[in-house]
Amino acid sequence: MNDIYLDNNATTMVSPEVLEEMLPFFCEQFGNPSSLHNFGNKVGFALKKARQQVQTLLGAEHDSEIVFTSCGTESDSTAILSALRAQPERKEIITTVVEHPAVLTLCEYLETEGYTVHKLEVDSKGRLDLDKYASLLSDNVAVVSVMWANNESGTIFPVEKMADMAHEAGIMFHTDAVQAVGKLPINLQESNIHMLSVSGHKLHAPKGIGVLYLKRGTRFRPLLRGGHQERGRRAGTENAAAIVGLGKACELAMQHMAFENTTVKAMRDRLEAGILAAVPYSFATGDVDNRLPNTASIAFEYIEGEAILLLMNKVGIAASSGSACTSGSLEPSHVMRAMGIPYTAAHGTVRFSFSRYNTMEEVERVIAEVPEIVAKLRKLSPYWEGDGPAENPEQAFAPVYA
Amino acid sequence: MWDYSEKVKEHFYNPKNAGAAENANATGEVGSLSCGDALRLTLKVDPDTEIILDAGFQTFGCGSAIASSSALTEIIKGMTLDQALEVSNQDIADFLDGLPPEKMHCSVMGREALQAAVADYRGEVWSDDHEEGALICKCFAIDEVMIEDTIRANSLTTVEEVTNYTKAGGGCSACHEGIENVLTRVMAESGQAFVAGGVGSAIAAKSKATPVAATPAAAAPVEAAPKTDIKRISTIMRVLEAVRPRLQADGGDCELMDIDGNTIYVNLTGACMGCQMASMTLGGIQQQLIEELGEFVRLVQVEKKADKLVGIGG
Ligand SMILES: Cc1ncc(COP(=O)(O)O)c(C=O)c1O
Ligand code: FES
Repeated sequence: MNDIYLDNNATTMVSPEVLEEMLPFFCEQFGNPSSLHNFGNKVGFALKKARQQVQTLLGAEHDSEIVFTSCGTESDSTAILSALRAQPERKEIITTVVEHPAVLTLCEYLETEGYTVHKLEVDSKGRLDLDKYASLLSDNVAVVSVMWANNESGTIFPVEKMADMAHEAGIMFHTDAVQAVGKLPINLQESNIHMLSVSGHKLHAPKGIGVLYLKRGTRFRPLLRGGHQERGRRAGTENAAAIVGLGKACELAMQHMAFENTTVKAMRDRLEAGILAAVPYSFATGDVDNRLPNTASIAFEYIEGEAILLLMNKVGIAASSGSACTSGSLEPSHVMRAMGIPYTAAHGTVRFSFSRYNTMEEVERVIAEVPEIVAKLRKLSPYWEGDGPAENPEQAFAPVYA
Repeated sequence: MWDYSEKVKEHFYNPKNAGAAENANATGEVGSLSCGDALRLTLKVDPDTEIILDAGFQTFGCGSAIASSSALTEIIKGMTLDQALEVSNQDIADFLDGLPPEKMHCSVMGREALQAAVADYRGEVWSDDHEEGALICKCFAIDEVMIEDTIRANSLTTVEEVTNYTKAGGGCSACHEGIENVLTRVMAESGQAFVAGGVGSAIAAKSKATPVAATPAAAAPVEAAPKTDIKRISTIMRVLEAVRPRLQADGGDCELMDIDGNTIYVNLTGACMGCQMASMTLGGIQQQLIEELGEFVRLVQVEKKADKLVGIGG
């Protein structure tokens, strides 16, 4: 039996159609798109087409608003640092506590450089308080950076509305849409979003290619200066094959948008319902009525995530966990902690994330395997006794903490 | 994911002694606040001989926490309590053919649970004196608390000194930014400002003929004339001989491997690479050597079998 891949928020398989489109750009059409001769010229046309494919998926008004980068992280850094450099008199940043490290770690670093970072908190379902947000908007704020959808819980933030509010206050708005692009319909020409980050490997394009969308007229300072590539906004010879692949992936994502929000969503819903029905003391995290169609984040109480993943891996099921021990940071997921989920549940959170390549048959196999795995680990847990949690689990087991 | 040894996987997939030991008469419950893992260890001890007849564990923890607990119970069954207390976290890691540096704390937790259980049996109160912070140096599994304490205790001011005292930063050097941040914070407590050294501490040290200048604090107190070679070597050997019994008592040893200028290569065995004792030992020996020789020397750990440097000691 084939392994089941349910970790598509971490990365996705390159679509065979995407690979096919890319292959000629290694050994045949290898020219530098900046060159005048035929070798380069053809590549130049291919990049133009890819740019338009990305433009279409994002609903951008102009294809020149698409800047290719090396990854989502580069796009995030470019956007935030550009906003700071272009407006040196503004020393504040607004973001959220649940951003991806691509934004959070940068912001923490910027704090040491003297910037003030306001991190909006979330409630128990992972939602933001927009009144609090409104109260922070001021002339001191250089940029707001809020993710479109959360990579762990799938929770969607009202970024279009937040962008309107920022725009009205004369503040630049950036969104990390790495998890949203390809899963949610996006129409940037109708929005006040000034900058938006995309990462290719989350939508069946290869790793190491990203996009920064830059609304025409947004003041900009490049991260990498050098050649005239990307109109001087991102110097460095283009990763032509990957760009062509991303273009194709965007075209495919556009074609599958309805499928993603019906069939893929149905698989996710079935998996979640099946597991929650079969496993006692488990619950879905995040804003379940307002999340990505492909993501289910389930907390299994009284056991630890890495152990669950290892046992699932043994039976050929791949997923992710917000547990401390999978990351190497030794800290439980900042997203789960921000939602106030207790330690005994946050550690046992498992994220199942789908793509259009999954099948309902796989879903049933997972539903059949998971309850046994959870039961096996609960047998080892000091919080567990027989068929349920120890009476007063917090009192039954009260370790001395280091 | 983690590069777990086959042995770790074996003990994780089929843990030995899972669950509470029957008729247990000693229980230890400990947890690691930084990662939330927790462990309950139960022992059945023969009251006459103090031999551990049975051991069982329950854990709320990751794969290596489960494997470490399983290994610990296997190791200590049949031992007396005193023998069991001699089991180090490195012994647990060795039993499992090694643990990734980020996971060494899982074996520490096992040992603490054991200490707690023995204290419980003997009617003593066990308190944990081992504080754990965020992991800064992955090469040597050195955490923030350890680095902070060492900086404070020795008034360290450079990354290189931190490396000499704790090993942190002596490998790939990727953690130097983190160490600089800790230095900045701790030095600010006493009103000092951390001044970074140009290109970088490691580079500066290498390009100099003698690292003396690069580590003024370590070399500071003594300014004696260099000893002749034979005298010098015998002094080095005398210092090492003097510390060996203490190390051997902890199941370790320290052998002199080579002397190259002011770098002294030793093979320090048995001690735990991840816990603070190893570095304190290396650091401590280096300090004694510096004082005895009246010159700055660097103690470097070499691995005998691979015959290559594993890091800069001190
Ligand atoms: C929300 C979010 N932002 C940024 C990134 C980073 O993207 P990349 O891996 O392309 O740098 C990821 C994925 O890891 C993500 O999920
Ligand atoms: S992480 Fe510290 S030296 Fe490599």
